[in-house]
Amino acid sequence: MRPFEYARAGDPADAVARFRPGTMYLGGGTNLVDLMRLGVAEPEFLVDVSRLPLDRIEPDGDGLRVGAAVRNSDLGAHPLVRERYPMLARAVLAGASGQIRNMATVGGNLLQRTRCPYFQDVSKPCNKRQPGSGCPAIGGDHSNLAILGHSPACVATHPSDMAVALAALDARVHVTGPGGDRVIPMPGLHRLPGDEPERDTVVEPGELVTAVHLPAPPPGASHYRKVRERASFAFALMSIAAALDVAADGTVRDCRIALGAVAHAPWRCERAERALRGAPAGEESFTRAAEAELEQARPLPRNAHKVPLARNLIVRTLLELAP
Amino acid sequence: MEITLRVNGSRRTVEVDPRVSLLDLLRERLGLTGSKKGCDHGQCGACTMLIDGRRANACLALAVAQDGSDITTVEGLADGDRPHPLQAAFIEHDAFQCGYCTPGQLCSAAGMLAEGGPSAVTEDLAGDPALTAEEIRERMSGNLCRCGAYPNIVTAIAEVAR
Amino acid sequence: MTRIEGHDKVTGRATYSAEYPIEGVTYAYPVQAGIVRGRITSIDAAGALVLPGVLAVLSSEDPPELAPDADPELALFQRREVAYRGQFVAAVVADTYENARAAAREVRVTYEEDPHDVRLRGDHPGLYRPEKVNPFYPADTEKGDLAAGLAEAAVTVDVTYTTPAVHNNPMEPHATLAVWSGDGDLTVYDSTQGVSTARAMIAKTLGLPAERVRVVCRHIGGGFGSKGTIRPGTMLAVLAARAVGRPVKVALTRQQLFDVTGYRTPTIQRVRLGADADGRLTAVEHEVAEQSSTLVEFAEQTATPARTMYETPALRTAHRLVRLDVATPSWMRAPGECPGMYALESAMDELAIATGLDPVELRVLNDAETEPESGLPFSSRNLVACLLEGARRFGWEGRDPTPGVRRQGRWLIGTGVASSTFPAFRRPSQATATVENGGYVVRVAAVDLGTGARTALTKIAATALGVPPDQVRIELGDSDLPPAPVAGGSMGTASWGSAVVAACEEALRDGKHGAADTTDALKAQQDLARHAFGAQFARVRVDMDTGEIRVSHLLGIFAAGRIIDEQLATSQFVGGMTMGVGMALMEESVIDDEFGGFSNHDLAQYHVPVCADIERIDAAWIEEDDRHLNPMGTKGIGEIGIVGTAAAIGNAVYHATGIRVRDLPITPARLLA
Repeated sequence: MRPFEYARAGDPADAVARFRPGTMYLGGGTNLVDLMRLGVAEPEFLVDVSRLPLDRIEPDGDGLRVGAAVRNSDLGAHPLVRERYPMLARAVLAGASGQIRNMATVGGNLLQRTRCPYFQDVSKPCNKRQPGSGCPAIGGDHSNLAILGHSPACVATHPSDMAVALAALDARVHVTGPGGDRVIPMPGLHRLPGDEPERDTVVEPGELVTAVHLPAPPPGASHYRKVRERASFAFALMSIAAALDVAADGTVRDCRIALGAVAHAPWRCERAERALRGAPAGEESFTRAAEAELEQARPLPRNAHKVPLARNLIVRTLLELAP
Repeated sequence: MEITLRVNGSRRTVEVDPRVSLLDLLRERLGLTGSKKGCDHGQCGACTMLIDGRRANACLALAVAQDGSDITTVEGLADGDRPHPLQAAFIEHDAFQCGYCTPGQLCSAAGMLAEGGPSAVTEDLAGDPALTAEEIRERMSGNLCRCGAYPNIVTAIAEVAR
Repeated sequence: MTRIEGHDKVTGRATYSAEYPIEGVTYAYPVQAGIVRGRITSIDAAGALVLPGVLAVLSSEDPPELAPDADPELALFQRREVAYRGQFVAAVVADTYENARAAAREVRVTYEEDPHDVRLRGDHPGLYRPEKVNPFYPADTEKGDLAAGLAEAAVTVDVTYTTPAVHNNPMEPHATLAVWSGDGDLTVYDSTQGVSTARAMIAKTLGLPAERVRVVCRHIGGGFGSKGTIRPGTMLAVLAARAVGRPVKVALTRQQLFDVTGYRTPTIQRVRLGADADGRLTAVEHEVAEQSSTLVEFAEQTATPARTMYETPALRTAHRLVRLDVATPSWMRAPGECPGMYALESAMDELAIATGLDPVELRVLNDAETEPESGLPFSSRNLVACLLEGARRFGWEGRDPTPGVRRQGRWLIGTGVASSTFPAFRRPSQATATVENGGYVVRVAAVDLGTGARTALTKIAATALGVPPDQVRIELGDSDLPPAPVAGGSMGTASWGSAVVAACEEALRDGKHGAADTTDALKAQQDLARHAFGAQFARVRVDMDTGEIRVSHLLGIFAAGRIIDEQLATSQFVGGMTMGVGMALMEESVIDDEFGGFSNHDLAQYHVPVCADIERIDAAWIEEDDRHLNPMGTKGIGEIGIVGTAAAIGNAVYHATGIRVRDLPITPARLLA
């Protein structure tokens, strides 16, 4: 690590006021300190926002407001989250380890960076780390990388579990910054790589995530499932957050499907959702919907298995949610 | 920068380079080498200690960011000469071989037993599940053991949990 | 009796190599080659030397003085050539770890780059037959008429299996603390599996007499072979300490472990089996292709278990090696037997299916009376006893061999079996036993790798002396003690124990002191085939939708001589089997064709099993009374646990799914493909 300055912010306004070029906000540190040690992140100034008074989870209208400094473990264990947003509780509990969840904050979890092996190795090129240097993952080790929405510049995936559930829940992310406060809807916080893979999200420099607002939970049954070859403490091979509301006549009234570890952003399966609304809730429609979504998949030579995995995961999860 | 920590009950005020992790501060400066460094990236759990009563990976915690925290390491688990029940159970059930992951396992288990709530393997999210072997295995999966002492670790923790 | 050092390990008092409180210690951090093959054209250290706390930069700009015949992996900064990505090309020494590490990034190295080749292929033009394979076996053997054996067979199996490169990944990264005294003596606190071996290697590399070097290792955080020989990090600490005239600590990062501490070679293994209509083997052939570096030849003995396992009139084994632009592979738990038995025991499963025989029955039918290749009698064998006892305990009887038909919800269920084997060797060792303060002190330069050597040797000495264990104090982990071989090859307890027993017997005769050296006794040993055997049974479940595989139950039954301590032995077997779960289902060091080295070089990307992966593992053993081994009647138990696990799991996955994956690890990706 190159030497840097450190300051603990007193409140969000203080944090933003301290921001200058070369500054990064420090939450739980579980990703930033990791990346600093690798030389991937080299801040000159760390503004510690982990102890800001943004650590509350409270009812907000018919939804819930989750402070950005809430620790992942507190989010997963919160009675209201468990009761009303089980998909989110399950996603959070599926992430990392007990220790990491105790440290990691909601804001940091959202803004964590890809685990692409090339991004994490400063001795190798990476367009996300060093724009214009190239993407060796495309011809190299990409077995866990994107099948959807990637670009010739970057095939990285977003590693979060929590963000997948938030994308399915239509969460809204509150940020404050030099230009004032704004609200960013999920999905939409995370970008697709395009030709600017160095930008993970639409959050602007100096902006600080202050809270996540959860609207009323979707009606019907919901679930989060994470697929991994190791039984625990592993990033997802793929994950799914899904909710299904079936009318009395057996047709799908509404549904939400988001996939994790398939793209640069949590992937909301809009095509599948469109195909499902009004269709009979059954294996045939579910398969058709999955295939509608995956028509746009562009697997790489060594991650073609992710396409059948995504199809199976969508179909099986919806079947389990169907009454 | 000057920071003050409470480490295993004693107040310690030290001048630290902001780059220093809590783990390295304890191991290299304060002579507390019980906590281990296995990966330095939060991927193995060997550095697990209790920060303000909660288990955490000290390798990912910058020392400066812990100013004012209360730290318990493996050296502080015992009550004087009386070993912590987890320490006794680990010896009794041979829950380690090389011993390098052991301090982290012990601190992790101590933190875990105080946590409650559901885990990734809990069927019903509503209540506090019983701490079955399956629950212990999931909750202790942040602590790698390359010697493969897992079954004995689970037995030892289950005995203390009862 | 619980582990002697148990209290120290659970209280954090056990001192590992990086943890000795040494006044004035400084830190060295390596600069690693950013190319795969070529030459260094310049090293500019100016940017590092101006940084705060920096004491020195070591590199081939000013090569440190070393013995001319030093091992090229250990002869740091002598040459300008780069042999593999990540090789140490320079190092910074500074007052703090943070300063050394930050400064290492400012050392500018330029290279002239040559094309490279890091990919093992079965048809690689560079493949050759090595003179011998680790440690001293012939590369090839041939007995009987293989072509005839295959031609007359009613059933043949001709299959190729691959295993990837895998890394030992002990929990304690290799660490060294080097301290030179004013008069040029060197003390090295090193995480090593053998203090006597480490001392000899360090002295040889420096060109110093061994008595000027002392190596201490009281506790070591695992090694699994990767600390059986010293590594570049050890020499870095020694040379850096000499350069700056202060004690130097080197604690490798996890990522650096992937580069410079050895790994198991990837293998490509072709197995051809022939059997008559009754299932009796008519031919066995095991051909292996594997890799080494351009620096040092290390040839893993992968095809050797076929020389020991099954009766056959025709047997051919062969090893081919290619030298690639890679780091030198080395020992990893059960070198040879571990990858070799994966292929052989998977092929036996395929033969069982082809012949319609139960896989336990097939193995029993082909049990060997004498060692198939050498013709030597076995000191003891008991493979059949392990298979039958395992089958009984596991509930194997009545198993329907039809694959892909057992379901529980969305899980497919399957069971599999495989044999295990590992040789029971000894190396010469010395030891002393001395009456002190009313008890005995036993001294031997052994290392307790976590195997429980302290405890086992205490019990061995107590038995030999006829006193309770609390009257014996064991001293080990220091090269000043009577020289002893490395903790490896499952030979530690047998080798050290033989010397300890002899020393104790002499002390009893003498009344005060006994010293022993087993060199001559070992030479006089009868020529026999000495091996441990075992049988492993696996029950797995495979998710039909995702291909996720979970191991519901593993059972290992072993025939490993007399068991000194039931608890320690169980821990060893279970630990080996746990590592076998990793080998079967998740471990792979991903070779980076473009950049060399391994791309997934940390514990988030290279997965080893976590607690949740190990649902139930049982280990037990057959009582053996083998008088042809050593005074204790023991065979080694540290490695056999991993041998056969991957095959048993792979065979169970086939039984569950009907899919035969012949490339490890068996992952969801491979099942979905």
